[in-house]
Amino acid sequence: MSEPEKDHGTVVGEDPNRRDFIYIAAGAAAVGAVGVIAAPLVSQMNPAADTLAMASAEFDLGKVSEGMQVVIKWRGKPLFVRYRTPKEIKEAEDVKLSELKDPQADADRVKKGKEQYLILVGSCTHLGCVPTFGAGDFGGWFCPCHGSHYDTSGRIRKGPAPLNLAVPEYEYLSDTKVKIG
Amino acid sequence: MSDHPSTYEPKTGVEKWLDQRLPIVRLAYDSFVDYPTPRNLNYWWTFGGILSVCLMIQIITGIILVMHYVPHVDMAFNSVERIMRDVNYGWLIRYVHANGASMFFFAVFVHMFRGLYYGSYKAPREVLWILGCIIFFLMIATAFMGYVLPWGQMSFHGAVVITNLIGAIPVIGGPILTWLQGGFAVDQPTLNRFFSLHYLLPFVIAGVVILHIWALHVTGQNNPAGVEIKSKEDTVPFTPYATVKDGLGIILFLMLFSVFVFFMPNALGHADNYIPANPLVTPAHIVPEWYMLPFYAILRAVPDKFLGVVAMFGAIAVIFVLPWLDTSKVRSMRYRPVMRWFFVIFVVVCLGLGWCGGQLPDDMVFSIGTSASGTPIGLNYVWLTRGLTLYYFAFFLIIMPWIGLKEDPLPVPASISEAILADHAKKKG
Ligand code: HEM
Ligand code: FES
Repeated sequence: MSEPEKDHGTVVGEDPNRRDFIYIAAGAAAVGAVGVIAAPLVSQMNPAADTLAMASAEFDLGKVSEGMQVVIKWRGKPLFVRYRTPKEIKEAEDVKLSELKDPQADADRVKKGKEQYLILVGSCTHLGCVPTFGAGDFGGWFCPCHGSHYDTSGRIRKGPAPLNLAVPEYEYLSDTKVKIG
Repeated sequence: MSDHPSTYEPKTGVEKWLDQRLPIVRLAYDSFVDYPTPRNLNYWWTFGGILSVCLMIQIITGIILVMHYVPHVDMAFNSVERIMRDVNYGWLIRYVHANGASMFFFAVFVHMFRGLYYGSYKAPREVLWILGCIIFFLMIATAFMGYVLPWGQMSFHGAVVITNLIGAIPVIGGPILTWLQGGFAVDQPTLNRFFSLHYLLPFVIAGVVILHIWALHVTGQNNPAGVEIKSKEDTVPFTPYATVKDGLGIILFLMLFSVFVFFMPNALGHADNYIPANPLVTPAHIVPEWYMLPFYAILRAVPDKFLGVVAMFGAIAVIFVLPWLDTSKVRSMRYRPVMRWFFVIFVVVCLGLGWCGGQLPDDMVFSIGTSASGTPIGLNYVWLTRGLTLYYFAFFLIIMPWIGLKEDPLPVPASISEAILADHAKKKG
């Protein structure tokens, strides 16, 4: 409405800037209101308070025998607790970091003095399948979904996965008991 | 055709009364009774009607399933088993719904290849085509979420793999993934929301179908000759001609449908989905439903995680922009002697991609011996898939624009009626 309009005998278009201001202010208010209304509608899909308050898990390492692994469920995902043989530990330690896709020393993936116990989130860093224990070219795990090979430290060695199997936060409560999370 | 004047005459008093208030009978009459239809439509054109039937079947059986289904991780699997064993005719309803999804996709693929061959995406039908692509995309989302609901092993691990695709997006992928799953793994919140959306999306599809048909009735139908309607001689009224032809198509289609439902109801499914979901064990060979396999193959063809996802979505996105990739002046491939061969190869490539998507990537298609270390030498599925993926994209991005400029098309008939007369003459002589 660029032309000044006359109604009720007064000149409405006297100051076009005032009108523009009202349009812009109303438009901005509408956009803001939509945003404010959309925020809770979108955010409700994020993890709810009870989902966030995820319990930590305690695990007795005595349940795993040498050369084996136990899988427990933790925060909806599998958790691998593996009792490695000396040979497996040595294999993991001897790998040159330059050979790794996601370089990390074995020592940084276990607790000092407890090198035999490897605790990992058992979800492939490619698309989240559960890798199979003891299979693959590197003696660690093999993911059946799209063929990722992990070594005895859970590091990615071959295949589409970009990262090593994640090490969750955990601490030793006693010599054989760990608290995860 | 929008310029087609309405010929509806309300006869009874009630019809007259309604027509002045809400001319809905007039709309239906003008759209499905007296609507001028090209007289040369062949049976490939019956798939539109078939698809409408499919959507109705899915919605009706779906609403019935919801009466018995429980969207909870501890009960979903058992509630589906209860539908199969205890609910009266539950087995029938579920088998119709599960196989119905497959039949729906079969029909939509035929429908899309039809559009591709006869140039139905070309001006002025771009919006019509894009609306169809939107429907296709919504169908994929709906079927994926539906497949999660029975909460078997394939449901669960399929959901894990597909939602994790989002996680491949750099930086924002992680938070979006958590938002989508409603937690840090696929779990109860994920199942619950997928159920909600699986209920919703088919109705969204129904809405887009209405827009699709609206757009169709603005531009008018394309036809095998690919020339526009010019005179009354080119058309027949929708009823009885198209209704009866569509009816026959639908009956034949339902016969095929019945073969699956009654004689091989699990042939298209996967046995692992009759094992309850176990987050701690992934099935050895995880595959999506057959209709997703070509896209799944493209995902796996690319060694990089994020680029694989880009390629997979790109394979769908490229269909959307097809109207602007085709440079040919001729619509129907009937008159495009070179392009039709590339089309045939394209169909074979799509089938090939589907086949590769169901195989283990490192398995051999054929081997010509073994190397010294014992690994077979030959062609494995990854490399075959890569070749096919290359053709898939080249078809749209290179062949379409390039052949359109280079090719010498055959003479195109001046009108639909002329095309028919020429056909008749050919058959006689
Ligand atoms: C575009 C239309 C639809 C498609 C393509 C579709 C697809 C699917 C698929 C593939 C399944 C898995 C079947 C199985 O293997 O057991 C499924 C399950 C299910 N769908 Fe749908 N669906 C559609 C519409 C609907 C609608 C409209 C509803 C509800 C109003 C619905 C409710 C259900 C329920 C409750 C299940 C779980 C029971 C079962 O697994 O059989 N669906 N759907
Ligand atoms: S999910 Fe493990 S390789 Fe793809």
